[in-house]
Amino acid sequence: MNGKDSFFRRPGVQTFLSSIICVVFGLLLGYIILLLINAKGASAGIVTLLKNYMNYPTRPAQMKYLGNTLVKMAPLLMCALSICFCYKAGLFNIGAAGQYVVGAGACLYGALSLKLPWIACLLFSIVIGALWGMIVGALKAYLNVNEVISGIMLNWIGLYLVNMSLAPVKELASPYTQKVAAVNKAALLPSMGLSSLFSKNQYVTIAIPLSILTAIVLWVVLNKTAFGYELKATGYNKEASRYAGMREKRNIIITLMIGGALAGTGAAFLYLTGFEEWSVTQSSVPGMGFNGIAATFLGGLSPIGTIFASYFIQHITSGGAYLDKAIYPSQISDLIIALIIYLCGFVLFFKTVMNSRRPAKVTSNANDTEKKGGKAQ
Amino acid sequence: MTLLIQYTLIFASVLLLVALGGCFSEHSGVINLGLEGIMVLGALGGALAMKYVPSSVPAVVMIFVVSLCAILMGMLYSALLGVAAIHFKADQTLIGTAMNIMSTAAATVIVKAINVAENPDNISSAITYTGARAAFTVRLGNFEFNWFILIAVCALIISNIVLYYTRFGLRLMACGENPQAADSVGINVYKMRWAGVLISGLLGGLGGIVYITAGVSEWKFEVGVAGFGFLALAVMIFGQWKPKRIALAALLFGFFRALSNVYTGFPFLAALNIPSTVYNMFPYIISLIVLAFTSRNSAAPKAEGIPYDKGSR
Repeated sequence: MNGKDSFFRRPGVQTFLSSIICVVFGLLLGYIILLLINAKGASAGIVTLLKNYMNYPTRPAQMKYLGNTLVKMAPLLMCALSICFCYKAGLFNIGAAGQYVVGAGACLYGALSLKLPWIACLLFSIVIGALWGMIVGALKAYLNVNEVISGIMLNWIGLYLVNMSLAPVKELASPYTQKVAAVNKAALLPSMGLSSLFSKNQYVTIAIPLSILTAIVLWVVLNKTAFGYELKATGYNKEASRYAGMREKRNIIITLMIGGALAGTGAAFLYLTGFEEWSVTQSSVPGMGFNGIAATFLGGLSPIGTIFASYFIQHITSGGAYLDKAIYPSQISDLIIALIIYLCGFVLFFKTVMNSRRPAKVTSNANDTEKKGGKAQ
Repeated sequence: MTLLIQYTLIFASVLLLVALGGCFSEHSGVINLGLEGIMVLGALGGALAMKYVPSSVPAVVMIFVVSLCAILMGMLYSALLGVAAIHFKADQTLIGTAMNIMSTAAATVIVKAINVAENPDNISSAITYTGARAAFTVRLGNFEFNWFILIAVCALIISNIVLYYTRFGLRLMACGENPQAADSVGINVYKMRWAGVLISGLLGGLGGIVYITAGVSEWKFEVGVAGFGFLALAVMIFGQWKPKRIALAALLFGFFRALSNVYTGFPFLAALNIPSTVYNMFPYIISLIVLAFTSRNSAAPKAEGIPYDKGSR
C-alpha cells in the first residue's frame, strides 16, 4: 500500500492524472452541450469527434487523414512549445498567435513574391517571428509593459500587416493566396519519402519529425543546460536571479525571441506544405496560437508532454470537422478545447487534493494536520 | 465631422465602461484578462434580447431589457473567473485567456444552434437586430445620439463616487493593495474580490452590447469583439486605474478607433490614399506606444494577480 501511495505522489504521475481529469471533464461538458443542442445525435456526435480519421472505413484512407491531422499538429506543437518555453521563464506568451501570423506572412511572401526556396522561406519566418517576439520582450524588459497586453496588440497589428503584404499575391477570384505548389514548387518543404507512409499524402513533410525533434531539444535545453536553468530561475524569482548575477533583462528578451522564432517556424511548417492558403480578408487572428496555450498546459508544461497534448488537441479539432453541420456547429471542438484550458487552471487544486489523500488511510489525527499543511502551501 | 464625433463618443463609451469594469476587478486584487470574453457574452445576451423582444415596445423598456440581459450574462460569465481565481487560486492569466477563447466558441455554438433550429439552411453565426437598435438612438440633426453614451457617463460618475467616497470602495481598494492588512481589520477579502469581479462582469457585459450596436445592425459572433476588451485594459493602464483619467484615455482611443470607420469622409485623409488596413491598425499601435510610455511607473494595485490565502497571513 505504501508503494502505491508513493506512486500517486510522484509529480510526473500527478501532472499526468491532472491532465487526464481536465480532458475527461472537458469532453463530458462537451457531451452535455451536444445533448443540449440535439439529444438524439449527441452520443454519435461525440464518438465522431473522438474518432477523427477513423471515421473512414478503409485503412489507406485512415492513414491519409491521420497524415492530415499530423500536418496540422506540427504547427500547433511549435506554438505550444513557444508558449511552454516562455512560461518556464515566467512569461505568458499569448503573442505566439501573432508571431505565428507574421511567420505565415513571411514564408508566403518569400515563397510567392520573392520566389525563394523553402529553406530561405523557413529562415525568413524564423527571423520575422523572433523579431515580433523581441518587440514584446524589449517592451517588457525596459518599459515594464505587460507581455499579455502588448502581445495581443501585436497579434492584431501582425494580422493587418500580413493581410496587406500578401494582398498582391492573392488569387484574382478569391481572397486566398496563390497555391505554393503552383507558383513555386521549390518552396514546398521536402517530404523525404514520408508521404508514402501515409498513403501518398503530399502534405506530410519533414515538418512533423522536425517539430517533435524541436520538443526534445527544448527539453534538453531547459533541463540540462545552464541557460535553461537561468531562464527557469528568472521565472521563479526575478529579484533572486538578478541578485545571483543573471541578466534578467537580456534573458526576457532572448526568451521571447526564441518563443517568437518557434511560433514563426510553426507557421512555415504549415504554409510551406501547401495544406492551406492564407485568406487576406480574414478579420480574426488564427486560433493556432491560442490552441497552443491549451496544448502547453494540458502537456503539464513539459516539452515532451506537449507533444502528446498537441496531438490530442489537433485530433479533436480535426474530428470536429466530421460532425453533421446541419445539427452541430464545428466550433464545438473549440469550445471543448477552451473548457480544457479553463480546467487546467484547477490543476493546482487537483494536486493539492491528491497530496492530501494519503493520510486518510493512516489515522484521522494525522489527516487533520496534513490537510492544514497541504492547504497552506 | 459630426460622424467622427458621434463614433468617437460611442467607442469611447464602450472603452470607458469596460475599462471601469477592469478597474473595479483590479482594485479588488483580481486581474481580469477575460474582459474580452465577458464583452462577447454580454453582447450575446443583449443581442438575444433584441431578437426576441418585439421592437414595438417603448424605447425605454427596450433599453432596460437589453441592458439587463447583457449585464446578467456578463456577471454570470465573470463568475467563472471568480470561482477559479478566488477560491481555487488558479493562474488568473490562464483563466482569463481560457474565458476569451471559450466566449467566442460558446457564442458561435449558441447562435448557430439557434439559427439552425429556426431554419436548417442557415448555418451563419449572425444575429440581426435592425428594428431593436433604433430604440437606442435619437437623431439630433445630423448627430445620432446614443443613450448608452449617457449610461457610460453615469457609470463614470458612480464609479468615481463608489471608489473614493464610500466605505465599500475604500475597502475594495484595500483588498487590492494589501489584502492581509484588510483582513486583519475585519474586511472579508474573498467577498470584496467577488464584488470586484462581478462589477467587472456587469460593466464588461454592458460594454459588449454597446460595442456591437455602435454602428451596425447585425453581428457575426465568430469574430468576437476584435480585441476591444484588451484595448480597454490598455485604456485602464493608461488611465492609471483612476476613473477620471480612464475617461480621458477612453476618448483618445475612441477617436482613433472612430477614425478607421469614417476616414473616407475626410477629403484630405482620403487623398492620402492610405490603405484602410492601416487605419484598422491604428488603435493597436497607439495603445502599444501609450503602454510603452506609461507602464514603467505603473500605479497598479500592489496585490493584483496574487491569490489570497487566509492561511498564509
